[in-house]
Amino acid sequence: MVREVFKKPTKWSIMKSLILKEIDELIYGSMGIVIFISIFMGGVVAIQTALNLTNPLIPKDLIGFATRQSVILEFAPTFTSIIMAGKVGSYITSSIGTMRVTEQIDALEVMGVNSLNYLVFPKIIAMFLYPFVVAIAMYLGIFGGLIANTLGGHSTSTEFIQGIQLDFIPFHVTYSFIKSIVFAFIIATVPSFHGYYMEGGALDVGKASTTSFVWTSVVIIISNFILTHLLLG
Amino acid sequence: MIEVKNLHKSFGDTHVLKGITTSFEKGKTNLIIGQSGSGKTVFMKCLLGLIVPDEGTISYDGRMFAKLSPGEKRDLRQDMGMVFQGSALFDSMTVEENVMFPMDMFTRQSRSEMEDRVNIVLNRVNLIDAHKKYPSEISGGMQKRVAIARAIVMNPKYLFCDEPNSGLDPKTAILIDNLIQEITKEFDIITVINSHDMNSVMEIGEKIIFLQHGIKEWEGTNKEIFKTDNKAVTNFVYSSELFKKVRQMYIEERN
Repeated sequence: MVREVFKKPTKWSIMKSLILKEIDELIYGSMGIVIFISIFMGGVVAIQTALNLTNPLIPKDLIGFATRQSVILEFAPTFTSIIMAGKVGSYITSSIGTMRVTEQIDALEVMGVNSLNYLVFPKIIAMFLYPFVVAIAMYLGIFGGLIANTLGGHSTSTEFIQGIQLDFIPFHVTYSFIKSIVFAFIIATVPSFHGYYMEGGALDVGKASTTSFVWTSVVIIISNFILTHLLLG
Repeated sequence: MIEVKNLHKSFGDTHVLKGITTSFEKGKTNLIIGQSGSGKTVFMKCLLGLIVPDEGTISYDGRMFAKLSPGEKRDLRQDMGMVFQGSALFDSMTVEENVMFPMDMFTRQSRSEMEDRVNIVLNRVNLIDAHKKYPSEISGGMQKRVAIARAIVMNPKYLFCDEPNSGLDPKTAILIDNLIQEITKEFDIITVINSHDMNSVMEIGEKIIFLQHGIKEWEGTNKEIFKTDNKAVTNFVYSSELFKKVRQMYIEERN
């Protein structure tokens, strides 16, 4: 499968328009849910941290510090990727699966089009923009934490911002982006595999979408563990 | 000419095609008939190169499909047009974009040249006002006509149709049959049709191949099918009372 996906496209001009279409569909189309989730996720992290800081000796800027670390290291890349596995992954499996069921993939093959390259390659390329989505999720997650913390009266905004700047290690952001590139590849390929090789009818498209979500999540979580061990362990 | 020699295909323990040998000539509408599960679709998919046979050869005007390089196979496929049972139109594209797709993919024609060609083929299948509509916005008969237009837009040498009139009313089915036959004659192409429709068999079956349990049970023309004494063919073709009466009338008239 992988070899066919990365073969030279039949026509680059068509491939270019397909990539732009997929960027619109997979990346731009997911911004709404990512923005919404990130703000609330950051808010919850800040509140949870604040509520657990009962010892008066622990400085209040720890809320900002913990929020930043949680959001950058885990919530923005991993949690957002699980959400994307549901949203984007289901879309990929169902759209390719429907093409399989309705013989549209056979039609491409009969015409002499490399269907794997035509359908999957633009999705993989589009998903390489996923680190930008994760960057936005990081920013908005911390911003959500700041809002929740300040409005909830857990600490002042100055203390929170001091915490954000405390012991900042730039490699953590790099680590997060490396993870997001790997997750992007998983989100583009695992659902494509489930859609492309599915058999049956309309009902099976739904089943394939569910299976693909489960497997994409499993692969993301396992690779998260391996990458964390390799990069931070 | 398409020549098929000793074609075998199995899926696990199920031997689907058992040594089929036949040929399809230029300018003729060839029909493959048989009960469900007789191996018609597998046979057609082997012809199209979508399924690789276990044994046997398929050659297109002397070009042995299995021996072609990937590039040569791609070139050969550009000489093929296929009308799928469910039309297989691309949902995300308009009728015009669907028909234009093979040209857009494989030629370097300008947009206006492609639009001209699309207009010609859509007119040929009697579709005039549907250019900007999506497949979901047109009827099943219109979808079939768009599929035929897409199949002939690259001037194919070989046209394959998988049950082209399934799900259509009798009047539209006849229109589609006639259209396929006209196109076959007009462009002097080889047309191979998988069909269950006995009306198609009688009307356009210049060569009929009857498959049963993966074996070529009978081969002949629509004239010969009336006369045949092959029990398997008569049981299949004349399973309806109407066709039994038609055959009886034909025999009486001949006597």
